[in-house]
Amino acid sequence: MSTSAGITEPRGWFRRVLQANAWLVYAFFYLPIVLLVIYSFSDNRNVGVWGGATLDWYREFANDEPIKTALGNSLKIAAASTTVSVVLGTMAALALERYKFRGRGFFDALLYLPVIIPDVTMAVMMLLFFAEAAKILGFSRGFSTITLSHIAFSISFVSIVVRARLAGTDEKLEEAAMDLYASRWQAFRYVTLPTIMPGVLGGGLLALTLSLDDVVITQFVTGGGWNTLPVYVFGLIRKGVTPLINAVSVVMLVASTVLVGLSLLAQRIRGGEPV
Amino acid sequence: MTALSRRAPAEDGIATPEFEAAHERQKRWRGFLMALPAYAYLLLFFAVPLGIVVVYSFGTRTRFGTTELSGWNLESYEKLGRDLVQQVLFRSIWLALLTTVICLVIAYPFAYYMATRSARVRNLMLVFVMIPFWTNFLVRNYAWYVILGTDGPFSRVAEFLGFGPTRLLFTQSAVVMGLVYGFLPFMILPLYAAIERIDGRLLEASRDLGATGYQSFRRVLLPLSMPGVIAGSILVFIPSLGAYVTPDILGGAKTTLLGSYIVTQFLSARDFPFGAALSTVLMALMLAATIVYFRRGGRTL
Repeated sequence: MSTSAGITEPRGWFRRVLQANAWLVYAFFYLPIVLLVIYSFSDNRNVGVWGGATLDWYREFANDEPIKTALGNSLKIAAASTTVSVVLGTMAALALERYKFRGRGFFDALLYLPVIIPDVTMAVMMLLFFAEAAKILGFSRGFSTITLSHIAFSISFVSIVVRARLAGTDEKLEEAAMDLYASRWQAFRYVTLPTIMPGVLGGGLLALTLSLDDVVITQFVTGGGWNTLPVYVFGLIRKGVTPLINAVSVVMLVASTVLVGLSLLAQRIRGGEPV
Repeated sequence: MTALSRRAPAEDGIATPEFEAAHERQKRWRGFLMALPAYAYLLLFFAVPLGIVVVYSFGTRTRFGTTELSGWNLESYEKLGRDLVQQVLFRSIWLALLTTVICLVIAYPFAYYMATRSARVRNLMLVFVMIPFWTNFLVRNYAWYVILGTDGPFSRVAEFLGFGPTRLLFTQSAVVMGLVYGFLPFMILPLYAAIERIDGRLLEASRDLGATGYQSFRRVLLPLSMPGVIAGSILVFIPSLGAYVTPDILGGAKTTLLGSYIVTQFLSARDFPFGAALSTVLMALMLAATIVYFRRGGRTL
């Protein structure tokens, strides 16, 4: 960061306007979340009305079988898709940062597409793909189709985070290790991996969050009663809102905030820039 | 180079050009093998599905809601000219543009302010922008549903201020609000990245040479931060156009946007070719925007 040639802080009324704007932006970001948390403890059948404090909705959440099943499904899918995408994404990052090979440019572009493509488009792609594939292979939709789709977008996010980390590390360390008779595997295991570990961890946590949060793509490729938690909650919202949804939302919110927080923290270990 | 000194075949340890070339080939091969799993995965589960969507867009919907792929035709693209479809398209573009402009107006001073702070403060500010950026999108939209609802806090505040009971939920304003809320970080981050790189001395020089604050913004800061403006605008405009969750939760029947319209084609109308054609249009827009961005010297984030 170039602090020496940075832009100097403005003064006077201009500075106060900028400051006010910044605080308003943060209020805009966080106030709705805070209000949602508050209302999740409200003892009133209407979702946006305060009626005294209660934990009833959380209790109901803990006793709701469909929600618990959906939560279990979400966790299974997230665990599977994260594991695969961390391995593939890290390898892709290493290949792109450390090697030149034929088709590298195309691969690089292909890897960026899942990040910028709108959810809906990717959902349509996966729906039609699995519809066509099922004609040939005859599998049923559910765990496998959801997991395969989640991997398809997670690889990109993992590789971006790991690449950012790799770009800041020195290739010479690995060369030095091999000069000292480390095998290629040893150099990777004891030199490269530890240095990129924050990126791998951060990318993995991000993949976990994205998988746990996805609604649109999952909704398109699910089948056989395989609801994930967000898809189930989305269905509930469309049917008619109950305070139970407030409680479930808060749990989802806390989980995803904690995961993202950990991911940012992991990426910053020993001075990385968060992606 | 290291593998050379260790594995040089020549007794005297001098690398011959042939050996260099062989080593280079080996290294390329190794890189390719390392990329292969992800490469193959994305080809199969991303590139192929993308191709299938394009193929479907030339298919025909049968009377039974299935799709006939043989006999390519442009029927689905012709449907884009229908009044109802044009309405949806124009509304989507208008609302997405509005969202983009609002985000730009809010995010620019924010990003500028962030860039003027000390490294410690700006990192902190950055983290607190990133957290909502990555947290559950559905829940964040739902939070607005609760706030904007009939008896919700927004209505109460409006009533208190003398506006009478106001229900913003299920209006276009609610949708734009939800979109701005969801995509504002997409604008802040590239803007910040662009402004942070600008040499502050250029701004000072322009002021020293007699430029007013506005002139220095218009002639120095804005042109230099243009890559960020373009990147942020694309990153907000495209997902706004394709938004589905936000209009579905916060919008009413009259706020169908392109994203929701595509979903309808698949989940209720069962007109797969038309849905595929709409998706193809959306993808083409996205690709065009991305290419424009890179042509104008933008970089990846």
